Amino acid sequence: MTAVQQETTQGSNVTANLSTASAASRAARLMKRRSRIRFFEIVVWVAAIAAYFVLPSKMLILTEIAILALFAVSLDLVLGFAGIVSLGHAAFFGLGAYVAGLVALYYVAEPVVGLIVAGIAAGILGLLTSFLILRGSDLTRLMTTLGIGLMMAEVANQMAWLTGGADGLSGFSPGAILGLFEFDLFGKVGYLYCLAVLFIGTMIMRRIAFSPFGLSLKAIKGNAMRAGMIAVPARKRIVIVYTIAAVFAGMAGALLTQTTAFVSPDVLAFHRSADVLLVLVIGGTGYLYGGLFGAILFTLVKDWLSVITPQYWMFYIGLLLVILVLIGRDRLARWVEYLPERFSKKEDGPQKESRP
Amino acid sequence: MLTILFDGVAYGMLLFILACGLTVTLGLMNFINLAHGAFAMAGGYVTVIMMNRYGISFYWCLPAAFIVAAVIGLILERTLYRWLYQAPHLDQVLFSIGLVFMAIAATDYFMGGQQQLINLPPELSGRMDVFGVGVGRYRLFTIILCAVLAVALQLILSKTRFGSRLRAAVDDRRVAMGLGINVPVVFALTFAFGSGLAGLGGAMGAEILGLDPNFPLKFMIYFLIVVSVGGTSTVSGPFLAALLLGIADVAGKYYVPAIGPFIIYALMIIMLIVRPNGLFARGGR
Repeated sequence: MTAVQQETTQGSNVTANLSTASAASRAARLMKRRSRIRFFEIVVWVAAIAAYFVLPSKMLILTEIAILALFAVSLDLVLGFAGIVSLGHAAFFGLGAYVAGLVALYYVAEPVVGLIVAGIAAGILGLLTSFLILRGSDLTRLMTTLGIGLMMAEVANQMAWLTGGADGLSGFSPGAILGLFEFDLFGKVGYLYCLAVLFIGTMIMRRIAFSPFGLSLKAIKGNAMRAGMIAVPARKRIVIVYTIAAVFAGMAGALLTQTTAFVSPDVLAFHRSADVLLVLVIGGTGYLYGGLFGAILFTLVKDWLSVITPQYWMFYIGLLLVILVLIGRDRLARWVEYLPERFSKKEDGPQKESRP
Repeated sequence: MLTILFDGVAYGMLLFILACGLTVTLGLMNFINLAHGAFAMAGGYVTVIMMNRYGISFYWCLPAAFIVAAVIGLILERTLYRWLYQAPHLDQVLFSIGLVFMAIAATDYFMGGQQQLINLPPELSGRMDVFGVGVGRYRLFTIILCAVLAVALQLILSKTRFGSRLRAAVDDRRVAMGLGINVPVVFALTFAFGSGLAGLGGAMGAEILGLDPNFPLKFMIYFLIVVSVGGTSTVSGPFLAALLLGIADVAGKYYVPAIGPFIIYALMIIMLIVRPNGLFARGGR
């Protein structure tokens, strides 16, 4: 966050003195510098693929991580960039999960179709509900998103003829991906499928987040009124980004359905929204990869805890949250800035160290 | 019909007692405290333990629930909450969700996950007829007690020195401190008092609302509705909101059980869109 702010202020101070043409080219260069692929990103993806070969017995937990990561990255778009605290992001996840299940049950067993339909359905819900979060303060938004999440859970519970109610939705098995790759018993194909969706999704969101559009979102997060004064249409931008985030959250839900061949009403539960917030907090917000790192850590910790105390792991998750907040989130998230920016640092001339 | 209305009023009164502490923390101190239900649960469990294990009278349990919840509130406020008054809302949300999770798991560990039942004293159980309307005695008791508390609260806030100090501290913390008001102490006492009321509400609600380890999560949304719909500038706003919510919820569950909760959430969202500052908010706060 600080790095970005400093870069932008630094950029605008300099550009103010120059002609518009050179300002434009400088701005373009600045954007390019912000959006270039960093070293740690390559490491992450290589490690994710390497995990497939190194840990063949851990496919299920790796799949879980990939799904949670996509979910968390989509929330980061809303929380880390647009600054909207949402307690109901699971609504989109759950809707996506149910839609994917229903598509597989009644129409097409092919997973990619289900994935896309689930994404579209969640996106529509996101678009409709995004208008509700435009008004009011943090608290109002919190309440509205929480209300939407609870409403979705209630709907899924009551429409038992469609969703199976409390028993969940089962009785379908996803077909071969694109008609080529059958899901195997060990979840290897499932992992690669989730990883591929996660990769594509993250890359798309990365493109969005590090574009001028993403920068304007950060401006809205900083101060919506000032953003409006420099001609950033805050409301429109929030609607768009909320919808996009909903699409990817829905896709994450669809992935869960397709890899487990089951939808439980748990996909809409409140604790899922809280969990994903925790994931983002562990990993840090505002740079997308926080969702990935957080998902890895969170899933490992949760797995470890549920082995030690199967019934009471919630306590330690809560304790973790309290401690994290009291220590200070930003202090924890800062470690990322110590990672090497990339192999060589010479192209754009002298660049200041990002830490003040 | 009238019985439903009566039950709704009792339910609403109870919600008010439970939520009015939250009105202060959330609305006045601007702290998003999702863990408010945990204090109520503490009060409820104090009552259950005292009555079922030690056979202490219900009437003694109520003040005990208040005191225990207030003390827990005071300790937590002094040790944890006060560091977060200036923190971003996201931090406060995460922190209080963490507390809720801990409270749920701890209660589950010590008390087990089942519904807790209490045996009311005989003079409070059963029904009686008042002008042809069936009236639960316990609900009547609840209404009377809550009404007294509501009036007392209003008087404390508007008439006493402490109330005016609190209002001053809320309106402008710095100026209040400059005038020699010990704002942290005022806040801590208020927080403890609010938690105590929640504990009292939890104790009284064990019969009507039920009590199990998931209590804080289950009723979190109700508390938040009361506060956000009622607004935070008065005592009467949340009071009316709680009454409305109670009646709507009871009537909804009775007449349209399938979509009852759905209506509540939908109404809340519409409310928030139409009047983001609450139904009874003063203009230009």
